[in-house]
Amino acid sequence: MSAGSPLTVLHDVSLTLEDHGFLAIVGPSGSGKTTLLGLLAGLDRPSKGTVQLDGQNLHELSEDARAAMRAAKVGFVFQTFQLIPTLTALENVLVPVELQQSTRDVRDAEAHARSLLERVGLGDRTHHYPLQLSGGEQQRVALARAFANRPRVLFADEPTGNLDAETGQGVIDLLVDLNREERTTLVLVTHDPALAGRASRVLRLSGGRILSDTVSTA
Amino acid sequence: MIDWTFLVRMARRDIRASWRQIMVYAGAISLGVAALVAISSFRGDVTAALHRESRALLGADVEMWGRNPYGDSVLAILDSVRAGGGDVSFVTSFASMAYAPRTGFTRLVEVRAVDGGFPFYGAISTEPEGRWHALAEAPRVLVDPSVLIYLDAAVGDTMRLGDAAFVIDGSVTQAPGQMGIRAAIGPRVYISAAYLEATNLMRFGSLARYTAMLKLEDAANAERFVRLNGPALDAARIGYATASEREQDLRSWFDTLTRFLGLLGLTALLLGGLATGSAVHVFVRRKLTTVAILRCIGARQHTVFGIYLLQAALMGVSGAVLGVSLGLLVQRMLPSVLADFLPLAVTPSIQLGPIVSGLGIGTWIAVVFALLPLLEIREVAPLQALRHSVDPPRRRYDWMTIGAHGLILATVTGLSMSQAPRVDAGLAFAGAIVITTIALWATARTLRGTVRRFFPHRAPYVMRQGLANLYRPQNQTMPVILAVGFGIFLLGTLHIVQRNILDQLAFETGGDQPNLVVFDIQPDQVDGVRSIVTAASTAPPSITPIVPARLAQINGRSIAEIVDDSSEPMPQRWALRREYRNTYRDTLVDSEELLEGAWWDAAPPADLPRISIEEEVAADLRVGLGDRIAWDVQGVLIETVITSVRRVDWARFELNFFVVFEPGVLESAPMTFVALAQVPPGTAVATTQRDIVRRYANVATIDVSTIQATLRRLLRSVSVAIQFMALFSIACGIVVLLGAVATTRLQRLRESVLLKTLGARIPQVRSILAVEYIALGLLASVSGTALAVVGGWGAVTLLFELPFRLPTAAVAGWIVAGTVATTLVGLVGNRGLVRRPPLAILRAITE
Repeated sequence: MSAGSPLTVLHDVSLTLEDHGFLAIVGPSGSGKTTLLGLLAGLDRPSKGTVQLDGQNLHELSEDARAAMRAAKVGFVFQTFQLIPTLTALENVLVPVELQQSTRDVRDAEAHARSLLERVGLGDRTHHYPLQLSGGEQQRVALARAFANRPRVLFADEPTGNLDAETGQGVIDLLVDLNREERTTLVLVTHDPALAGRASRVLRLSGGRILSDTVSTA
Repeated sequence: MIDWTFLVRMARRDIRASWRQIMVYAGAISLGVAALVAISSFRGDVTAALHRESRALLGADVEMWGRNPYGDSVLAILDSVRAGGGDVSFVTSFASMAYAPRTGFTRLVEVRAVDGGFPFYGAISTEPEGRWHALAEAPRVLVDPSVLIYLDAAVGDTMRLGDAAFVIDGSVTQAPGQMGIRAAIGPRVYISAAYLEATNLMRFGSLARYTAMLKLEDAANAERFVRLNGPALDAARIGYATASEREQDLRSWFDTLTRFLGLLGLTALLLGGLATGSAVHVFVRRKLTTVAILRCIGARQHTVFGIYLLQAALMGVSGAVLGVSLGLLVQRMLPSVLADFLPLAVTPSIQLGPIVSGLGIGTWIAVVFALLPLLEIREVAPLQALRHSVDPPRRRYDWMTIGAHGLILATVTGLSMSQAPRVDAGLAFAGAIVITTIALWATARTLRGTVRRFFPHRAPYVMRQGLANLYRPQNQTMPVILAVGFGIFLLGTLHIVQRNILDQLAFETGGDQPNLVVFDIQPDQVDGVRSIVTAASTAPPSITPIVPARLAQINGRSIAEIVDDSSEPMPQRWALRREYRNTYRDTLVDSEELLEGAWWDAAPPADLPRISIEEEVAADLRVGLGDRIAWDVQGVLIETVITSVRRVDWARFELNFFVVFEPGVLESAPMTFVALAQVPPGTAVATTQRDIVRRYANVATIDVSTIQATLRRLLRSVSVAIQFMALFSIACGIVVLLGAVATTRLQRLRESVLLKTLGARIPQVRSILAVEYIALGLLASVSGTALAVVGGWGAVTLLFELPFRLPTAAVAGWIVAGTVATTLVGLVGNRGLVRRPPLAILRAITE
């Protein structure tokens, strides 16, 4: 957001996500990718138009109701990992579960979180703090966190942007695998054409408009 | 609905990383709580002790006192007490010179001649023990311990009082209802009334107090006795009080004293609150990303707010618990700090009330002051987690923010009013706190702005970097200036007031001012005293007659008539009833100024003798030029007319009078004389006093330096108590300073690593730190000192109405001391930081 006259970042963007799909949003910097992601995830409200998740109109919900919706149905992976520095790996993974009012048995949740950490290969690092982990490890904790609340949709914002190629590849493999196993819908913002190539559908943005919307058959 | 489990769990996890800072700020809260808990527990202890020993405080059920020997009507009342199974004891007190022949020292003392079984309750402890009851057996004296010191005498020595010689039999270590400070003002010497006559001291003109101590047959009848006999005693000009009235008096006196000290404790608490607020502010700024992440993954606004509010509350609770424990320790120290003001032994006890309110107030203060910065959390949008950095939110002025401000103001006002002796004092204190805070805040802002505007762009890099740190984002300027500034302001104001009062005393008596006062000189002794004094004096002594008199009539109406008349505004009762000590002379003196009318030589002659009256007493009596006053001078009625009104500078060390007669009227009336002389201080004064007392036992002398010493001691006792409480604020300031250093340490660590990575050498990094803290210390000290000067000036000129003199050296001293202290704390708090290798820190930085 900038001061002065309002800036229109997205124009006439319309799309529907399929269950269990993998959508990649690509485009140059400033094309509106992150803004679109924020709108889809209910982090922001569109100045015009609607966003529906599971039939629920997001702009009709209050700030707190959207937060509750996110806690229940949405997972996030960020470019800068965004782990909470004061929490251990395990606690970071537990937060989304604990946030839900209908707290399931804590032991169950903890077992689930542990298995997720094991799944991302960090079974022996559950009590490490983010700063004691490498970048790749941090992003893998973030992956575990994103799947912890068994979300319907997972939003990933350039998840490999801060990682070297090899580590990034590992993270992406995990993300795609987990997405398939957990039967989640994945929305991923990226610069990387190779990464976009693994998506079942690719949305190209430029200057806030949809340039192309390709569904791959692979 | 609030998910408490999650809240508590998250708060607990967060605290793991920040518990050190939390404890530092809990420490700041704890000092204020400690002060309050200690003071109010102590107040409880004193109240309980007063109640428990109310009769022992007085030593009797009822006390009566008058300026003259009792008349028949009063003696009849006392007889009826005896007849009813009660008992009466007389104590005659008056000022006299005590002279120790062995050492040659003299000292003005208060002689108490005791007759009968006083004290009826409690006991008078002596050293050696048990000498009180042996007083009547022989010409013996028991003295306040200070008398032995003043006279350089020992038990067994002879002491002369008037014409009689006594053996010093011991010292009185504890007497009913006596405060230590009294001994400094008028040290007491007890004799048996049987030997009073032999001293030959009860002559005309000596001011004595005739006290009767009553033990009633049934102590519960004290109030009834007073109700029954009050009118008769009033008519006889006899004052009276029951033991419970005395208890009430003392209790309310103590209440005022401890509440005043409580206000100083409150200052420390509020300072702690302020510190908490600014710490939470910095804390929140560091947590913005975490807040955004939590919001992003689905935490509600109030959940996140709750996580941090809970931590603030926890900090408050820890501070309060710490404070209560500390307070209970301090409670045990207070009796010795306030020993000079305690009329009885106080046993510290643990009281639930102060403990509970200490816990509550400490927690509340932490929460209330944390509220405002925590509200910023609401402004963090979840979207910000997607961005790489989170901007500090803009403060929104909605009802919550306004409410938080209101809550702070209400808390400050409420606490002030609950601590202060009176409602208006509480409001004034709250106002003063708010104004001081705003003034410090404004001064800090102005100074910070000034540094920025007149930034030394050409200064060396180290200097520029250090100064720039004062206003960079998340700077620590405000909390440090508030903490250090407040401390210096408090101590500075106290010091300025104290110094000005002491300077005033020194000025009034120094140089060519008289330093020896000789009074109670009988007319036949004037020449003898004059020759002794003149021999020692560097200037001719001034000898002034004093004629005691009472008002008989004003404009033809008797005083009783005026007192009874309620139809018009009544003159002040004290001015009507008091004994006036008048003089006569033909000139004005230096300390006087004619306001209205004319002096004798310029005024037209009148039918009646003319008098000049002082402006304030004229106002109290509701009289002015041309009004007639009739005086009762030892039974002789003298009618006079007011022909002038004078203003008197009472602060000047002169013999000043309410009423001056023209010469030629009072010359044949009974009178005594007072002499003022200027004698070289030290041995000459002591010798002169001794020579006078040896020759004229009834004449009293005062070396002015002993009055000064007494006042100095009085001031010291008061300021020790005040400084003791101010200490809490100072300690709190240091804790806050440490807190500010700890809070910004991480940022500093990053900077120092960065600078070193870029090639800065360790001395450079250290110098940058030093420059920053020197500048901070300087700003804080200058702000605090400036306010102290304003506050001190206000107190000295408006409250004490004294001329103001700025103690320049002390002011410069505070600025230096404040700067040095701040720099030391800053450098010590950051020690080790500059030596850490860059890589180790890059890996180890945690929140």
